[in-house]
Amino acid sequence: MFILIVGCGRVGSSVARAMLREGHEVSCLDEDPESHARLEVGLDRGWEDLGGQFTVGAGLETEALVAAGIERADAFIASTDGDNTNIIIAQIAQRRYSVPTVIARILDPLRAEWYERQGLHTVCPTRVAIDMLESAVREGTPRGDDPSDGSAEAA
Amino acid sequence: MYIIVVGAGKVGWNLARELLEKEHEVTVIESNRRRYLTVEQELEHNVSYGDASELWVLERAGIQRADMVIAVTGDDEDNMLICQVAREKYEVERIIARVNNPRNKPHFDLLGIKPSVSATDLILRLLEHEVPEYGLVHLLDLQEEQLEIIEMLLGKDSGVTGRRVGDLEMPEGSLLISVLRNGKGFVPVADTVLEVGDEVLAVLDPGHEEQLKTMFGPSGGNGAGNGG
Repeated sequence: MFILIVGCGRVGSSVARAMLREGHEVSCLDEDPESHARLEVGLDRGWEDLGGQFTVGAGLETEALVAAGIERADAFIASTDGDNTNIIIAQIAQRRYSVPTVIARILDPLRAEWYERQGLHTVCPTRVAIDMLESAVREGTPRGDDPSDGSAEAA
Repeated sequence: MYIIVVGAGKVGWNLARELLEKEHEVTVIESNRRRYLTVEQELEHNVSYGDASELWVLERAGIQRADMVIAVTGDDEDNMLICQVAREKYEVERIIARVNNPRNKPHFDLLGIKPSVSATDLILRLLEHEVPEYGLVHLLDLQEEQLEIIEMLLGKDSGVTGRRVGDLEMPEGSLLISVLRNGKGFVPVADTVLEVGDEVLAVLDPGHEEQLKTMFGPSGGNGAGNGG
């Protein structure tokens, strides 16, 4: 598959490396030229040497999207640090460029939930954190009946 | 009407002031604390602090009962998102979005966010209107309806002056609808003779401007004059 990732922060760059390692063709687009260095963290060769592509530009710029290969992308990941940017560019990828798989990272659970219902595939890290925290707390035990106390007494 | 204005920059603040003067109910939402405090001194309870791309902030401002949402922040993505949510989630009937970067205009159109207003485009339109060389002025573009209305000033060397409207071979899909002469407008008939200095208004299917420009402009009329 040809995968285009817009927003090359911690999340975007990790996904990019993983996909490249799995043998996919990966292209990254980021406004900040410095983010190229983040892509190469932990790699023994350069990103381009390994077959990766990197373009400097904003996700809303048509020229940048085209240069990064959106017209032939099989999958599009919007992972910039702006929820609204991700929501808008994901819809552009869907509607203007008919990319078959489009995923948007949205930190705000309310926006993520509503756009998910509108047919946008969203990933909400905040929602995941909330769920994990809630279940971690539920699995906890009150002071009084700490099982280790109990077993100690029994012993 | 109840109107929510998002963004209390120069545009939003002045807009809110005008709307309040016209006795509309207005809430301005501003996400910058400092700016909010400045604007609040004048607009008082008509300004609310928060990030309007957060749905609960919009709900707190009463978006469910808003008749209109105007998004005029300095960020095009925010303006698009707010208008999209206003219309599609909260079913606000009227939205207006500000386009900061004219190159983003196609994105607004793609997401069905209209009308969208770009200051740069407006100035370009004014420029068309003020600078005679442009000759042809777009008065109205109805993209959905596939129609536009243009205005043309007939100069000394226009190919159609001195000729009867009935003799003009107007391109198919275009129609002369009005002539402005000495500050007065009238609907031309077949016997109307066009004069130098007339401003003519034509309605047309998009894509015919060039033909009309050639016909009504300098050295024009030749191509279209065979019918006379």
